[in-house]
Amino acid sequence: MTLRERLRAKISAAFYRHGLLCASYPVPIILFTSASILTCCYPLLRLPLPGTGPVEFTTGVRDYSVPSHEPQGDLGERPDWYRGPPVAYIQQVLVKAAVSPWDSSLVPVDVFRSPLGRAFSLLEEIRNHVHSDSSGVRSLETLCLQVTDLFPGLRRMQSVLPEHGCLLVSPGNYWQNQRELFDLDPDLLKTIQKHEPKGLHTSATLRDLLFGVPGKYTGVSHYNRKRVVTYTITVVLSSYDARFLGSMRARLKQLHPSANCSLRDDHMVHVHFKEEIGIAELIPLVTTYIILFAYIYFSTRKIDMVKSKWGLALAAVVTVLSSLLMSVGLCTLFGLTPTLNGGEIFPYLVVVIGLENVLVLTKSVVSTPVDLEVKLRIAQGLSNESWSIMKNMATELCIVLIGYFTLVPAIQEFCLFAVVGLVSDFFLQMFFFTTVLSIDIRRMELADLNRRLPAEAGLPPPKPGPLRTREVPPPPRPSPHTITLQTPAFRNLRLPKRLRVVYFLARTRLAQRIIMVGTVIWIGILVYTDPAGIRTYLAAQVSEQSPLGDPAGGGLPPHLGVAPVFPGGDPTSTLSIHPPPDPTPLPENQSQGHHGAARAVPLPQAPPPSVPQITWGAEDEEGWRRLSFRHWPSLFSYYNITLAKRYISILPVIPVTVHLSPQEAIETRHPQDTRHPPPSIPKVSADLQTDLTLYKVAALGLAAGVLLVLLLFCLYRVLCPRNYGQNGVVHGRRRRGDLPCDDYGYSPPVSEISPLLLRGHSMDIECLASDGMLLASCCLAGQIRVWDTQTGDCLTVIPNDGLRRSGSSGFWEHRDGWDGVCGAAETECLGPEPLGCDGLSEEEGYPLRRRAAPAWPTLFNDQPDLTPLIDTNFASQPPSHLCTPPRHGFDFGGLVERAYIEHEPPSPSTYPSPSSNSSSSPSAAQLQRRPSLGDAATFVAQDRASAAGTQATGDGESSVWAMELRGNLIAAGRSSGKLELWDAVEGSLRCINEDGGSGITALAFLNNRIVAARLNGSLDFFTVEINKPLGLLQYRGGPGRGSVPPSPCYSSEDVISCQLTRSVQCAHQKPITVLRAAAGRVVTGSQDHTVRVYRLEDSCCLFTLQGHSGGITAIYIDQTMVLASGGQDGAICLWDVLTGSRVSHVYGHRGDVTSLVCTTSCVISSGLDDLICIWDRSTGIKLYSIQQEVGCGASLGVISESLLVTGGQGCVSFWDLNFGDLLQTVYLGQSSDGQGVRQLLVLDNAAIICDFGSELSLVYVPSVLEKLD
Amino acid sequence: MSLTLTAMSNSTVTRGQQQRSGSGQMPQPSQSPYISVITNRTTNMVIRGAMLFFVGVFLALVLNLLQVQRNVTLFPPDVISSIFSSAWWVPPCCGTASAVIGLLYPCIDSRLGEPHKFKREWSSVMRCVAVFVGINHASAKVDFANNVQLSLTLAALSIGLWWTFDRSRSGFSLGVSIALLATLATQLLVYNGVFQYTSPDFLYIRSWLPCIFFAGVITMGNIGRQLALYEYKFVQEKTHQD
Repeated sequence: MTLRERLRAKISAAFYRHGLLCASYPVPIILFTSASILTCCYPLLRLPLPGTGPVEFTTGVRDYSVPSHEPQGDLGERPDWYRGPPVAYIQQVLVKAAVSPWDSSLVPVDVFRSPLGRAFSLLEEIRNHVHSDSSGVRSLETLCLQVTDLFPGLRRMQSVLPEHGCLLVSPGNYWQNQRELFDLDPDLLKTIQKHEPKGLHTSATLRDLLFGVPGKYTGVSHYNRKRVVTYTITVVLSSYDARFLGSMRARLKQLHPSANCSLRDDHMVHVHFKEEIGIAELIPLVTTYIILFAYIYFSTRKIDMVKSKWGLALAAVVTVLSSLLMSVGLCTLFGLTPTLNGGEIFPYLVVVIGLENVLVLTKSVVSTPVDLEVKLRIAQGLSNESWSIMKNMATELCIVLIGYFTLVPAIQEFCLFAVVGLVSDFFLQMFFFTTVLSIDIRRMELADLNRRLPAEAGLPPPKPGPLRTREVPPPPRPSPHTITLQTPAFRNLRLPKRLRVVYFLARTRLAQRIIMVGTVIWIGILVYTDPAGIRTYLAAQVSEQSPLGDPAGGGLPPHLGVAPVFPGGDPTSTLSIHPPPDPTPLPENQSQGHHGAARAVPLPQAPPPSVPQITWGAEDEEGWRRLSFRHWPSLFSYYNITLAKRYISILPVIPVTVHLSPQEAIETRHPQDTRHPPPSIPKVSADLQTDLTLYKVAALGLAAGVLLVLLLFCLYRVLCPRNYGQNGVVHGRRRRGDLPCDDYGYSPPVSEISPLLLRGHSMDIECLASDGMLLASCCLAGQIRVWDTQTGDCLTVIPNDGLRRSGSSGFWEHRDGWDGVCGAAETECLGPEPLGCDGLSEEEGYPLRRRAAPAWPTLFNDQPDLTPLIDTNFASQPPSHLCTPPRHGFDFGGLVERAYIEHEPPSPSTYPSPSSNSSSSPSAAQLQRRPSLGDAATFVAQDRASAAGTQATGDGESSVWAMELRGNLIAAGRSSGKLELWDAVEGSLRCINEDGGSGITALAFLNNRIVAARLNGSLDFFTVEINKPLGLLQYRGGPGRGSVPPSPCYSSEDVISCQLTRSVQCAHQKPITVLRAAAGRVVTGSQDHTVRVYRLEDSCCLFTLQGHSGGITAIYIDQTMVLASGGQDGAICLWDVLTGSRVSHVYGHRGDVTSLVCTTSCVISSGLDDLICIWDRSTGIKLYSIQQEVGCGASLGVISESLLVTGGQGCVSFWDLNFGDLLQTVYLGQSSDGQGVRQLLVLDNAAIICDFGSELSLVYVPSVLEKLD
Repeated sequence: MSLTLTAMSNSTVTRGQQQRSGSGQMPQPSQSPYISVITNRTTNMVIRGAMLFFVGVFLALVLNLLQVQRNVTLFPPDVISSIFSSAWWVPPCCGTASAVIGLLYPCIDSRLGEPHKFKREWSSVMRCVAVFVGINHASAKVDFANNVQLSLTLAALSIGLWWTFDRSRSGFSLGVSIALLATLATQLLVYNGVFQYTSPDFLYIRSWLPCIFFAGVITMGNIGRQLALYEYKFVQEKTHQD
């Protein structure tokens, strides 16, 4: 164990140092890595490119012997497939026949009828050839490849191809090798054409097989200008007998001498065929690749919280791919030639090597504290994961090594590759990917810095460059709630499946791309597999149409009269001036008709070369090369013989030249032949014919393409009937065109929600509290109003100076007169309220209001540093003590909010702000000022406190800083440290407790206990005791939240007392910022970076939770004992309240976490960076995030498990939590000045309450109501 | 080809038994009185079953093809039709089998009360499927010296698959038992002459067949669990709402 731990420590230290190294010198390391990748891949250049094309190997004929099976030592350039006997030997007899001299009396059919007829006699000759010598008598029957049945699927070829005998194919097969049938055939071309496949065929056709030369070169057509017919008789031999073949060659040459033929006959070519890849064979391959891509997709989707997600994903894939290439390269370097099919094993190799490490690294680095230096972050992240990475790698190596000992060659080779791949992958991860990651993180830090700078300068932060790739342009509304959507990958996570598919199609323009790729592939296949087709056609076209090519035969029409000038027949002139219309420029030899010169009659109309010239060129030497490379495999496949991974040997052709006299041609004529009209314009029609096929193909392809496009278009329309990006179709239930919708134009049908405005407050709402039935709100003026949440009626108004009326102290009695004034003033203050923002108007207002104002210079010398926000010079103004207190309310809420956000360490002077002083008489102020002054002296740089302080009254009556509502009791905590209990219905003060001296910053009211957190960090527990004189304690059946016991309803007769049961003086070292209570626990968060958990009953501190590196800004706890806390460091911690252990710790925000809500499955957080993040609660993985507009406010609420509501600028937005879609945005008022929703309460009846300047909005969410029913 | 055929048939037979037990279990978890939850659960289960079914059919077709290729290297032009005509009942059987297995795994997990937490991600599931296809590929395309070597290699690979992607005892035992049942069923089928193997070396079948079965069960269980993860969340959220 100790060894293991030591090892572990060493490994992590090494990784740490390595991380520092990588992050410190990124560029040199990347250069070094690229260089090593290239070096390792260099040997790959020597490998042949993969393909299914056949491979050739040429040997001499003379010393040929069948290669042995055993690999020999002196392989030399001999390929490794050249072992053992070939499948077959191919002996072709190449026949060139012409009727010579050509006679004008001959008809076009004569061009090929009698030459083809000669094939039968040649066949006889070959079949009957017998060679006898000392070793015995050999005939073709003994040597040839005996074939049996045709493949069952080829019945229609039965009549044409030989069965049960020698595999000997020639054009004579069309007529069953019977001369009689040939002579009786009225239309040879029709017979030949009959067997051609319909439509486009890319592989060898029957015509090619039988003729042995590509159809274009046979010359069997009516429009053969050369009048030379070429065909082969192909003999397939199973064994090689040099003497028999030699004697046959000599015999044929002797019978049909080719005078000027100098074809080389000393080389035989062995052709090795690769494995055929049919469609069926491709299916498993394609499947594995699909699985591979799914794997890569699902893996890279997890990369998050980096600057460029796709950049890193690319880097990850590059890492894996180049490690594979490196492994192949290294293996090749050390003499291991890959024999496995690379394409087949590649997906498995990728899966074995995997992307896991890369992702783990990324996640680990990303989850290090953001405030660290990049170098340290990388180093820390690396060392955190070092152990698991090493462990995984060791395991994988073990598995692969085990595989190596299976001793199966294929598996061994795979394992070898995998081992080298794993090692090189590790190398690349450590050097390449880590460095890329460090660069990325650094970029993010820079971007982060840029983003934060303007905010710190106190200006409204301009929106920086889009953090996410997609950003919706702001809708036309002046200040709408703009939603920035996330990257497509995240959206995919959350969209419904059907839409996801459609969106995917639409976004990637998949249909178009598939068509494009398909077309390209199709063309590629066509060109690749049909060398006899398009390629040669194009070559022929080029050579024919080149002006230098052939002026007489091809370029110029014959009737132009060029021909007579050059009478044919002279060999030299023909050679020099009339190059024959052959693609090859210079034939080696020409054979002319013997009497060609004499018999040639120059005819003006007839084509001039009356002597068909039989030429033997280099291209005839290996005429089979012009055939499709599938020629031989398809011939053999007809007999169920595969050539895959085997080879055939092609023997040198035997040239046969046949000259026929016109008489012979005429004799062999069929009676019907003469009925054929002579071709009027042969060239045109010939061209027309070839052109027509091409055009046909083109038209067919075009039509198919158009059809495909139409089909896909229809499909597309059916699948996604919405108009993307157009305003044409508006969803029926949406009436407000300016509602934001997502960037696909998809707007989910949500019924219209209209907010109910609760008006009455004269100043910005400061506190909100609700128990479901009642809603209490307190404004900056100190006025508390109680509303009915069902109807929105205002039930009670507790004015700020109501204290005096309460009768608890007679001292206040003389203040009664103010009530009427205040009431009157309330109404008038609504008008000038907006003007209040303007400093000038405020100043102008002062002289009017200044009445007998005693100065408080000591208090107001320390002004808040709000000058960037408020253009006012309050410092010079003596504080006004207004007789009309609400008059002074001006719209300050949003500004103050921002002010305290931006002045994170605010000066203590921000506390007593005259701008928010509320009504108080001089005398009252004098009396009440003392405690608050004392407080002010003690306050030191505390942001929450100072925030409250800016809104607190500077003099006179202390303001309400915290408020809670249970039953019909309102607990209000004041800045003076007083805790008051009010009757919500009657508006009477029931109890007051003045035990504490420090202002109450937060309150929790649970059952009959009140917990008050004070500014000095102490925590007071109060007990509310009800002495019921009438013994009545009725419980109102209020909709309690979850399992909270409904609060008792206190009747007005009860005597309520509030006792301080315990005061924890030093609960925190610094002010308590958050206080939450639920499930019998009280949780406090403080500026001192800690969270404390207290038991409610005995106020005993259970845990002090440490883990944040900043002040706590948000806490969430609910009945299920889930505790989440967010801090100024942007971290969110989930705690187990029972054990006090930290469940997870994630960094999600740059800046403070402002608000936290949990559902049963996820945690939702919002931060100062205007980002709303949704986390999986159990795993702590960020599911997705929503980028909001700057200054949107940070209020969050969860209405149901799947409905999230957020406050924005003058609006609230509803989100579907499952998919992250914006459901609807509800605008709270017509005035769209930048009033943000700062507080948002979700009531139990699926209504939400939010403050909106000095108004409250009550928004019912009908869809949720339906759901709840 | 024949081996996949047998695999299919075997699994179908076992399926039948499992289906009965599975259907017995199905109503039990939905004890909550809320109709909506039941319907949602059943719909969810049907959806999951359908997805698993199609995955099974697809894998059956592809792997069958792999086996076909093992014997015939060069295909006549009409090979595509022969893929489907070989035995029409094979893919549906495979699909049903995989659906049942895929539903059975999460069900057993919840019965035992030990939810499977190991590598619950889609990328891991994809890796698992790839390895499964790779095992089939190896069995079809790699030339082994003898049958024992082939079977041992495949067994090691299958165990490795389980160790890499599952590591749960319930998964292992379920995989082994289903593999044994399926093997038995194949033996019976071959004995009764429904089909046969070219070169049987383990009574009537090939000796590596149980390994393939085992790997397939693990793979389908993995997929099923991953799918059930969604339903789990869904139901959780539903019940909370109620």
